[in-house]
Amino acid sequence: MSAVTQTRAFPSPPVNRREILRYAGCAAPDARLDALLDDCLREVQGAPLQYGVCFCRLPLRLSGETCDFGAFSCRSAQLAACLRDCDGVVVFAATVGVGIDRLIAKYSRLSPARAVLLQAVGAERIEALCDRFCETLPAETQRRTRPRFSPGYGDLPLTVQRDIMQTLDCARRIGLTLNESLLLSPTKSVTAFVGLECAGQAR
Amino acid sequence: MTFSQFLSTEPVRFDGGLGTLLQARGLPPGEAPERWCLTRPDVLTDIHRQYFDAGSNVATTDTFGANRLHFSAEELKEIIPAAVRCARLAAEQSEAPQEKFVALDVGPSGRMLRPLGDLDFEDAVRLFAETVRLGAQAGADLILIETMNDSYETKAALLAAKENCSLPVIVSNAYGADGKLMTGATPQAMTALLEGMGADAIGANCSLGPEQLRGVVTALLESTALPVLFQPNAGLPRVVDGKTCYDVGEAEFAASVASLVKQGVRLFGGCCGTTPAYIAALTAATRDLRPQPTPPPKRTVVSSYTHAVCLSDDPVLIGERINPTGKKRFQQALRAGDTDYILSEGLRQQARGVHLLDVNVGLPDVDEVKLLADTVCELQAVCDLPLQIDTADPVAMEAALRRYNGKAMLNSVNGKRESMEAVFPLARKYGGVIVALTLDETGIPPTAEGRAAVARKIIETAASYGIGKENLVFDTLAMTVSAEPNAARVTLEALRRIRTELGCHTSLGISNVSFGLPRRDAVNSTFFALALANGLSAAIINPDSAEMRKTYFAYRALRGRDENCAAYIAAAAEEPAEVAKPAEKTAQAAGQILPSASELQTAILQGRRERARELADALLSAGTAPLALIDRDVIPALNTVGEGFEKKTVYLPQLLMSAEAAKSAFEAVKASLAGQAQPAGKGPFVLATVQGDIHDIGKNIVRLLLENYGFRVVDLGKDVPPERVVETVVELHAPLAGLSALMTTTVPAMEATIRLLRERAPWCRTVVGGAVLTQEYADQIGADCYSKDAMETVRYAEAVLQTR
Repeated sequence: MSAVTQTRAFPSPPVNRREILRYAGCAAPDARLDALLDDCLREVQGAPLQYGVCFCRLPLRLSGETCDFGAFSCRSAQLAACLRDCDGVVVFAATVGVGIDRLIAKYSRLSPARAVLLQAVGAERIEALCDRFCETLPAETQRRTRPRFSPGYGDLPLTVQRDIMQTLDCARRIGLTLNESLLLSPTKSVTAFVGLECAGQAR
Repeated sequence: MTFSQFLSTEPVRFDGGLGTLLQARGLPPGEAPERWCLTRPDVLTDIHRQYFDAGSNVATTDTFGANRLHFSAEELKEIIPAAVRCARLAAEQSEAPQEKFVALDVGPSGRMLRPLGDLDFEDAVRLFAETVRLGAQAGADLILIETMNDSYETKAALLAAKENCSLPVIVSNAYGADGKLMTGATPQAMTALLEGMGADAIGANCSLGPEQLRGVVTALLESTALPVLFQPNAGLPRVVDGKTCYDVGEAEFAASVASLVKQGVRLFGGCCGTTPAYIAALTAATRDLRPQPTPPPKRTVVSSYTHAVCLSDDPVLIGERINPTGKKRFQQALRAGDTDYILSEGLRQQARGVHLLDVNVGLPDVDEVKLLADTVCELQAVCDLPLQIDTADPVAMEAALRRYNGKAMLNSVNGKRESMEAVFPLARKYGGVIVALTLDETGIPPTAEGRAAVARKIIETAASYGIGKENLVFDTLAMTVSAEPNAARVTLEALRRIRTELGCHTSLGISNVSFGLPRRDAVNSTFFALALANGLSAAIINPDSAEMRKTYFAYRALRGRDENCAAYIAAAAEEPAEVAKPAEKTAQAAGQILPSASELQTAILQGRRERARELADALLSAGTAPLALIDRDVIPALNTVGEGFEKKTVYLPQLLMSAEAAKSAFEAVKASLAGQAQPAGKGPFVLATVQGDIHDIGKNIVRLLLENYGFRVVDLGKDVPPERVVETVVELHAPLAGLSALMTTTVPAMEATIRLLRERAPWCRTVVGGAVLTQEYADQIGADCYSKDAMETVRYAEAVLQTR
């Protein structure tokens, strides 16, 4: 993989109901919750989600808390720790599209119970997409990879979203934009760094 | 020769990609290409010249992202004229013989519009306007709005172009592999929107290669009378040896695009991955092709942000229920700002199968201009049906049309000069299919011939505004048959003549015909059937009427518009079995079938919304006092669920299902009290998501529960400025304000709101909540209470009111 940005579409990852219920804060669902979730999932299938990812590989130079990716850099002790012994990163942006946002907006007005479950469905979907994408990275980069790390986690500032958006041209590639408060639109979207360990690095 | 003259007779060759060529000349990734207009004008002029040499008629300026979100006002004033200069200079330098023009390129803003994002529609119009004005001043020959993947942003850009220059405007969208824009619009929907607003050409560019976009281009050619533009990518990108390559070569690209030029594409070039070599190949492949005269499809089409609805011989249903006339509950909702009630009326009609929604919010004591525009925005955030904007006030009509995300139906114009002078310019500017009533200064003509004559006059006047008769739909006015025995006959005869002799589509509000008669459904549905047989294209009906639905499906089956009678059979299966209404049964033997109080409690505990409503209705019509119903059934059930939630035996979605069931019982109470004095409600409780924050699920949950517990909640919505919260609290002398924030970045806005409240409304207690908040945080920003969930907020609010 090279410094050139690429775009990839994914088929819908299998749905994990337990994860969805976990996001909705329901440890032990009853029959009516199960029925409501079935209904929500049916509706999500009726408004097909679009699973898009754009990404590129960037070089990494660490000095103290500064992570320098060539195209841009940022300061974060926690990201720097996560990228220790790496000499490159894959930076990516992923989204499941606006369809789920429309459903959430609709039901947050009409049925908050559904809205809460649909939020959870959206969270599960975007995380499943990120998992899918990250699974492909070791083979594609021929490197061991680190867990993904997103702007807004720990001390990694949200402002780095601007650099990611610009470097990956997310708006044009996958329809992902940033709003004034540095949040992503569509909301069920993720940007993240994945560290690539130096070749031959022992675990 | 002007560009418009050239376009009217010649095929127009555009240029190809710019970004990859600039990168090849050393533009670092991540750097704004627009700055090179200032720092490397020689490179841009050279690229434009290469395209002219390859046969392009049009050079597209390096201004894709040249807007105020990416550059300062000062920078834009330098970049845009410099970009036009580079292209102009290239036209002079190139010795190629063809006509040459410069198109000001306008790309997407890079931000998503409300409600999906946070950019306001009018702010989007303003930022495109600035770019357009600078480009026009700098001498561009035309405006090219391109790569737009959202219909609403496309509308904002086209409106800005139309309002700020007189140049021709071409609008091109980026369609995905599913043949739709990212936000859902089909090519037919975009055609309706853009044609209606007066684009000079429309098309598709970017996203995919020529073959993947063939279906989109064909759909555009079939649906529009305008010239069609096509600028696909050089196929799909692949990365080979660290470089992006595209998988369709010059020859293949040229052959593919040329085959669509043969089918009628009039403007063509390339997008990402295409180079002067691609354009040279395309020029060669299209050298001998003359533009096909586009057969003008004069269809009567309205659209939403997802799809178009075409009026034809297959009748269209328009839901009439968003209208306060004669509906006390609806009037009450309008006055109280209860938008959710209005939205649920819209969605219920959609579930009943209507194709359009009529939207009328006119009441003497409301601000209709604001309310109509707001209602349209709220509806189009949750419902994808095209809307019919129904108002007698042209100012309200314009405000709503401007914000409407599609091509609306306008209800209505009539043959009076004053009416036509007010409505036609709006339709001309914003697009729209206009419902025209066949009456004029002399009143409603008593004969069919008289009404047809008014229709002719309206057609002529519309034509003088540039509005074709395909954008008029005539309503021949259904009058009350009990007052005038010939009323229905004249209406139907006028309808038939306008449909057959004038070739126009027709529409009727059906229900008027039966005023004053018993069993109105029977009269309405028979009149509906007669009107359909006489050529009715669109009917404004109450979709809750089973009789009307039956007539509609039966008519379609009988007219051969329903293969295997499939729709008729499906609709019949969905109709509830015909039984006596519960109210009638109740009247017969109230004692026996009266649901026990605990049954309503059970329905709420189980979160069964419809059941709770049925039971509450039955109890009320059997004489239970509304307030007794709330105190005896609803509140105890809610308390049980609320306690379970606090003990963590009930989860949030379950609590909410119960709250929704309780709300539907309240809805029954409200309906039974409509028109009478409502119980005052505790509070009021002013609620808002703070400025900068657009998350509102948590806030909506709090509102739902507060309402359940009898509070009057004034919900200011999301992204609410501190001043607005304080003004509302002061105006209502509200004892309580609830503020929600989800993000650390918006907590300062919460703090500012609390500070301002302390200053100007010291009596008001503040309660805060939201994902990022903690007790410490709440203390720091001076809130009176931190609430970890909605139940806690209810408890706190009750406690505050008790101590007063």
